[in-house]
Amino acid sequence: MNLHSLTAHALLDLFKSGKASSKEAYEAVLGRIKAVDPKVKAYVHMAHAQPGYAGDFQIPIAIKDNLCTKGEEITCASRILKGFRSPYDAGVIERIKKSGGTILGIVNMDEFAFGSSCETSCYGPTFNPWNLQCVPGGSSGGSAAAVAADEAMWALGSDTGGSIRQPASFCGIVGLKPTYGRVSRYGLIAFASSLDQIGPLTKDVRDCALLMNIIAGYDERDSTSVNEPVPDYTKALVNDVRGLKIGIPKEAFVEGLDPEVRRSVEDAIDLLKKQGAIIKEVSLPHTPYAVATYYIVATAEASSNLARFDGVRYGLRAQPAKVRKNALIDMYEETRSLGFGDEAKRRIMLGTYALSSGYYDAYYLRGQKVRTLIKNDLDEVFKDCDVIMTPTSPTVSFKVGEKVSDPLSMYLSDIYTIPANLAGIPAISVPCGFSKSGLPIGLQLMGKAFDEEMLLRVSYTYEQNTEWHLKKPKL
Amino acid sequence: MSISKEDVKYIAALARIDVPEDKLEGFTKSLGGIVQYVEQLQKLDVSNVKPTSHAVPVGNVLRSDVVKPSLISKEALVFKVPLIIE
Repeated sequence: MNLHSLTAHALLDLFKSGKASSKEAYEAVLGRIKAVDPKVKAYVHMAHAQPGYAGDFQIPIAIKDNLCTKGEEITCASRILKGFRSPYDAGVIERIKKSGGTILGIVNMDEFAFGSSCETSCYGPTFNPWNLQCVPGGSSGGSAAAVAADEAMWALGSDTGGSIRQPASFCGIVGLKPTYGRVSRYGLIAFASSLDQIGPLTKDVRDCALLMNIIAGYDERDSTSVNEPVPDYTKALVNDVRGLKIGIPKEAFVEGLDPEVRRSVEDAIDLLKKQGAIIKEVSLPHTPYAVATYYIVATAEASSNLARFDGVRYGLRAQPAKVRKNALIDMYEETRSLGFGDEAKRRIMLGTYALSSGYYDAYYLRGQKVRTLIKNDLDEVFKDCDVIMTPTSPTVSFKVGEKVSDPLSMYLSDIYTIPANLAGIPAISVPCGFSKSGLPIGLQLMGKAFDEEMLLRVSYTYEQNTEWHLKKPKL
Repeated sequence: MSISKEDVKYIAALARIDVPEDKLEGFTKSLGGIVQYVEQLQKLDVSNVKPTSHAVPVGNVLRSDVVKPSLISKEALVFKVPLIIE
């Protein structure tokens, strides 16, 4: 038996019955990483600390390179944070350690989570385990690729505009962005503070519920963390959707949607209908404006959050060769120019523009108002629907290098995932098929705020009646 | 609304980023394309719409003034600083 290829819940059963130990599981995964990571390149580096093996969930986990982990170099895959060793653990890392979780290592991402392909990383790209010429998606591409390639039982990622769900979709695994405030952001290096949320990437829906049980909950060190009771998410794993109302937004099925993706999602709709769900066509008239809104709101917040990386406080500090403006400003500019990659610079400049004098009303303020319209659309539909279903991404994974030179086409890859971040609601991606070329397709379900249980119930029912989640890439 | 090379130089200076001459054209083009794309928001009537800065409404969050364990200064502050007086 290959322990590394199991789900976390299957592994926990083996631990309980004494058929395997957590040490064996850890060593099996390390062996798997050694064997396949030279091809996949999911890991940035392995963890220094040895596993503690205490607690009920001694499961090997991969951590995205933007979650502060004590003693580890955490860089957001950016040169500007090279050498930064976190002196503390993020809230979610504390919870993982307390549960007995074994941190395998730190996995790759797009620089500062700016991207949908993992190609803007200063470490170079991660590759999709299903086709090593293709991207794993992003920004949590390392997390998704590691789980899909059995290089981790499960992983943590972060999602600002789709960064958990889109790579989960591209790699054929389950990825959940929880409700804003459900999981503490303490120790997550911020991209866009009003949109960021940490969440699980797992091999199936049961593991997603288990990992949510570990990471969800109030944390006073994150002032946006919400003090609501946390349910036992595994109780939501019920194979029954009878009478549930599923909204299908007509705006989701328009041009730009790959016909193969469309067919898979339509098949999923039919399946859930046969299981007794009520399918309703709904309208989210402002969602076509979501990408434009996001690229104002998110970049504005990013330009402000990334102002702290100036050569004084963290990581890289450049020494300008000659004086241009004055010594201090030269040092800032030189550090930021050497430290940030082109996509980070582009987004910082775009956000700076949206916030700059004379443009604030036309861009940032207007963006925030359209955000309200998009949220109102979703609120309205949720008055009479339990979940909303769309594709996760309009296409399957694409070739490495294919979209690098066209940032806008890369941004459009997040067209279905962005509305959930703008509205703060939870959304999940589950595998729902494969293209003829053998690449995974993902189905997205969005739910009401703090109703992760409904998402888990519907996706569990879907999963119990399909076998997509059992397929493994050949590596 | 289009973006000129002068605009990019101005924004870059505000953002404390040095854009070298050979990259100016590329950034002007890509930023211009994105700004043109977001122009579609101008079509919407938002005159009676309140802005959303946060999806979950929260007010000021205060905590009680109690000392709690935190990083000790040895963990938080021991790092090398560059020479600043020459």
